Amino acid sequence: MKISIYRYNPESDSGSSMQDYEINTNDFSGVMLLDALIHIKNDKDPSLCFRRSCGEGVCGSDGMNINGKNGLACVTPLNSLPDQITIRPLPGMPIIRDLIVDLTNFYKQYEKAKPFLQNSKPIPAKERLQSPKSRSKLDGLYECILCACCTSSCPSYWWNPEKFMGPAALLQSARFILDSRDDSTLNRLENMNDSYSMFRCRSIMNCVDVCPKGLNPTKAIGSIRSKLIKNNF
Amino acid sequence: MKINERSYDAVIIGGGGSGMRTAMEISKNGRSVAVISKVFPTRSHTVSAQGGITAALGNMDEDNWHWHMYDTVKGSDYLGDQDAIEYMCKAGPEVVYELEHMGLPFSRNDQGKIYQRPFGGQSKDFGKRGQATRTSAAADRTGHALLHTLYQQNVKLKTQFYSEWFAIDLIKSVDGSIAGVLAICIETGELLYIKSKVVVLATGGAGQIYKSTTNALINSGDGIGMCLRMGIPMQDMEMWQFHPTGIAGSGVLVTEGCRGEGGYLLNANGERFMERYAPNAKDLASRDVVSRSMALEIRNGLGCGKNKDHVFLKLDHLGGDLIKQRLPGIRDLAMTFAGVDPIKNPIPVVPTCHYMMGGIPTNRFGQVISVHENGKESILEGLYAVGECACVSVHGANRLGGNSLLDLVVFGRAAGLHVLEKINNIDTPVVSPEDVEHALTRYLRWENNKNGEPFNKIKIEMQNVMQNDFGVFRTGKFMEEGFKKIVKLRERLQEAILPDKSKVFNTSRIEAFELDNLMGVATTTAMSALSRTESRGAHSREDYPDRDDKNWIKHSLCFENDKIAYREVNMQPLTVEKFPPVKRTY
Repeated sequence: MKISIYRYNPESDSGSSMQDYEINTNDFSGVMLLDALIHIKNDKDPSLCFRRSCGEGVCGSDGMNINGKNGLACVTPLNSLPDQITIRPLPGMPIIRDLIVDLTNFYKQYEKAKPFLQNSKPIPAKERLQSPKSRSKLDGLYECILCACCTSSCPSYWWNPEKFMGPAALLQSARFILDSRDDSTLNRLENMNDSYSMFRCRSIMNCVDVCPKGLNPTKAIGSIRSKLIKNNF
Repeated sequence: MKINERSYDAVIIGGGGSGMRTAMEISKNGRSVAVISKVFPTRSHTVSAQGGITAALGNMDEDNWHWHMYDTVKGSDYLGDQDAIEYMCKAGPEVVYELEHMGLPFSRNDQGKIYQRPFGGQSKDFGKRGQATRTSAAADRTGHALLHTLYQQNVKLKTQFYSEWFAIDLIKSVDGSIAGVLAICIETGELLYIKSKVVVLATGGAGQIYKSTTNALINSGDGIGMCLRMGIPMQDMEMWQFHPTGIAGSGVLVTEGCRGEGGYLLNANGERFMERYAPNAKDLASRDVVSRSMALEIRNGLGCGKNKDHVFLKLDHLGGDLIKQRLPGIRDLAMTFAGVDPIKNPIPVVPTCHYMMGGIPTNRFGQVISVHENGKESILEGLYAVGECACVSVHGANRLGGNSLLDLVVFGRAAGLHVLEKINNIDTPVVSPEDVEHALTRYLRWENNKNGEPFNKIKIEMQNVMQNDFGVFRTGKFMEEGFKKIVKLRERLQEAILPDKSKVFNTSRIEAFELDNLMGVATTTAMSALSRTESRGAHSREDYPDRDDKNWIKHSLCFENDKIAYREVNMQPLTVEKFPPVKRTY
């Protein structure tokens, strides 16, 4: 199996290059692409750098571009890939080193969604009640792991990263707008009622195609749009 | 070497559940606080917790915090401190409601209250009236929901995060109190002395000492290493929980909630073997009991698969709808890592290293207790530890499922409150240049070591020794040999080299620092396990198969120099009667 990996170290390299590694799956344990990357780092090239943590697709550290499509290395089985694999950092983000990108702007957009419950009523002694049906509206939204696979695959975000919030941040907006316990819906909608923050979404649906958790940011953005119209913005 | 300096009232090392709960408490009261996290906070290992957070809300069935306390004391095999356990169980409902108010998307029951499921070791009426239903859940992603909620609250409070910074070592002031931490920015390689009156260690677990673990790759016991190097002994390090259901091969966790929802374990004969080992609680006995039973089945040739090296977790009888609604994440993981859809086929599982019950000794306010080799105890002013890295001790020799998320928020909050109460009385630390330079020691060692072997092979050898000699079952002979091997590896590590010395996002440098810490965890684990000549909770010795209450109701302490000491277990609760040790059956 041949893995071709994007390499760039700003301290020593004048530009980026692709480096090929020949690997044999019998030389290491594990069946995922992340296991192969760890094998390369441990046994072939300690200078190769990438982020990783949980190894099971819930922490969102190891998002990367795998044969042209964004995904998480830790839940991408090697046997689902062809013999020739090309790995690049997530597109559309500044590159720090090798497969590690700068996510500062991604997090800034997340914060723009005001991703925390707002409720102005007095706090009850026990839990706020929420019917199973109301709670089910959060399914498909709260599970986001902030891996940035979606936002970094979005052409609208590539064009306007400063102004367009991107699919991950908009998914968070929907998560709080649709939460029956949040009473700040109108403020949240108003915050996004300009021609960029949300309306730059052109329903290209790359986000849906790549989400490793099977979430649907385009649908979430659609639900924010309907709310805006229903509330006469 | 010129090192810049910045000051805060408090610095928290670790951006997981406990660290962020502490940060929130301090931040919202207007004190300056910095959280150092080696990963972006939502990538911390709390994210992997699945089944839930245990507290006696009584939403599904009659319940009482006092019953929860009884179960926790029994679960700890009487090694837990009963004052801390009472405090945690009593505070449980309040902290869970707080999380709900913050927005945590708990699953709901038909009345719209927080959904709860049965978990292992839970009972009603002090073990007299069967299984309790006490673990609050957000489907099977409770840790993820909790961690994101706490991060969101800190975003709201504008807490200062040092994201992707690594804490190298603690710094003491001239009078011996805590004075901050030396940290390195992973992105740039810049060193920074973060000065503060208070340091809260919230560095999580260290399951990477074992070859097969449910723990994230970042779980390297950094707080343990820092404390050991400061002369603070670690408590009860022999107590490691092996979770019954790690997916065979990968070690990925499958929540106990699967069995809480009605799943059960089968051996190669298709027999529900837990009925033999725990006639009452069956598959919901304590984790130590279930893991040992599984290991015995496998050892007796009743394992499943062509190598007879695992057992099956059967869920298909629960039906597709329940699995999709309550255990959707487990279904994904089983399909990804075992290639089976649990709606149709059982999941191959095996006991897997999961949780460190031991750690940095603290009182119930989170204050670190320093113990001299002669046994004299004192509070180390300004230093706190919370969450998995701390040993309060609420889990004793075996933690109950759902009690770790509870531990994080209860003691995360308690430490925050205690810091707020104390901080006005703590003087700004006075630090000499030598104190800061001392913290640079191991940074310089990795910079300057040449001609040694690369460090990463040592890690793999260490994991193999721990896996083989300090697993579910232990014997003196193998542990003695294992300890000697670990000591040799520790010596080799001192001479090992860092092959890549670049500055920008050098993850190898961080891995080298982490291995120093893991080695401290491994040696204290090995020494403590070798020294405890009885079987209690998760520590199960074939050469000493019985619990020995006469000699061994005491906490082990192990120093960096391998010396062992002991402390009393606090059997005296705060307000209720104590639970004296009795034979533990399920």
